Amino acid sequence: MKRSLPLFFAFIVGFIVLLSEFIPHSPFNQIVSTLEGWFMIISGFAILLGQISLIRMNTHKIAHRLPNWQYHLAGLISFALMLSFGLLWGMRETPGILGDAPGIQAWLGLKPFDYLFDNAYLPLSATLFSLLAFFIASAAYRAFIIRGLESNLLMITAIIVIIGRTSIGTMFTGWLPENLQFWHFPNLADFIMEYPNTAAQRAILISAGLGIVGSSLRIILGIERSYLGGDK
Amino acid sequence: MKLSVLAERRIIYLVLFVAVALPLLFPIGWKTEVSGYTQMVYDLVENTPENEVVIISFDYDPSTMTELQPMGEAMIEHAFKRKQKIIATALWPMGVQMAEQAFDKVLKDYHDKQRGVDYVNLGYKVGGMVTIQAMGRDLKEVFPTDTRNTPYEEIPLLMNVRRLKDIAWVSSLSSGVPGLKEWMMVARDSYNVPVTGGCTAVSAPGFFPYVNEQQQLTGLLGGLKAASEYESLIGRLGSATTKMDAQSIAHLLILIFIALGNIKVFAAKRRKNK
Repeated sequence: MKRSLPLFFAFIVGFIVLLSEFIPHSPFNQIVSTLEGWFMIISGFAILLGQISLIRMNTHKIAHRLPNWQYHLAGLISFALMLSFGLLWGMRETPGILGDAPGIQAWLGLKPFDYLFDNAYLPLSATLFSLLAFFIASAAYRAFIIRGLESNLLMITAIIVIIGRTSIGTMFTGWLPENLQFWHFPNLADFIMEYPNTAAQRAILISAGLGIVGSSLRIILGIERSYLGGDK
Repeated sequence: MKLSVLAERRIIYLVLFVAVALPLLFPIGWKTEVSGYTQMVYDLVENTPENEVVIISFDYDPSTMTELQPMGEAMIEHAFKRKQKIIATALWPMGVQMAEQAFDKVLKDYHDKQRGVDYVNLGYKVGGMVTIQAMGRDLKEVFPTDTRNTPYEEIPLLMNVRRLKDIAWVSSLSSGVPGLKEWMMVARDSYNVPVTGGCTAVSAPGFFPYVNEQQQLTGLLGGLKAASEYESLIGRLGSATTKMDAQSIAHLLILIFIALGNIKVFAAKRRKNK
């Protein structure tokens, strides 16, 4: 029962949604509209579930003094701070439980949540992503080595696209006459993006699309059951 | 002299840091050529009549704001210039703040624009593609209030906007899922609303196939370069233009590192053969 009921629901719901794409009339459109509403409500609860899971996972690691537990503590404190500031005084124009905190706003210039968002979360988040540039530079030096025909092709393409997608490309070949404009770096980069890249991407997309159709049918028909969890 | 891997890595990091920092401190002002994809986005906004209502969806968070925020600001400014009304939405929780920051920045030059009349921020809604599908039937059902808790029916801008069909174009600035692809699949393919947008440079190749004859996407802004191109088209000296100098230098430096890495391997092979 524990497994057959979800399988039954998945089959019915999947079948109705699938059918509604081919028959977009009453009663299918109304049923699908209701199902979409339910989906949004369930998604909302998923956020709550994520937060509970985050707290449980972190408290477990802190309680058992697992390696790097200090970072988990920092994460939990940050989470609690942002949550409390947001709930108590809201953010931007939205008031919180205690109103708009005019006193704190006069002191900080912003609400506490916005102050932390602008001055801590935002720069930290952008910095973390920017660190990729350093790893890419280091990886390019060590791993982008010419070894054969394929790596040669990859290297030439990469060089054209890298130069073509920057301002330098414009300077390098900007002097070319009108009849040789195809060889202008930005144009070459656009050509690579538009034809070889698009052709390969389309092949991948079509394959992925067929794969999604296949796996969706497997779920609807109850063949694929891994989403139910458990061993079987 | 043989350097250890760690020492090499440190030198690379240091050189890259200096190379990126210098153009940011002392902008060079290199020009970029406008690509066809950016021109299509510009033309869509430019050719949309005045007073039409448009959606700009901020589907990203601060990690990718370096590339996507300048696009948001430029598109808001362009729509304001063309006297179009903007609805800001977000399929990512942090998108709400990204939208607010973008509006704050642009409004410094557009004092006459009023919240609720010329623009509105409807905020974040969970659900991704299903949310967009629901917007296709009834916007008010999905967004009963804006971020200031003003009821939908009390917002003048939304008086004649009931569903996605009432929108002139949708732009999704997207750094993942849900984002541009979901907007395209629902707003464009199901409701025939022109969809355009921007993404990070690394994800742009995946979106180019959708800029096709069926106009699944009407143009695409791919990365910082496209953002700077858009800024140059609307005559705005924004942050993307300044950052492009740093990015160009960084790209050039990566090419030099690749060349040095190959020379090193080649020399090692020669030594080994001898």
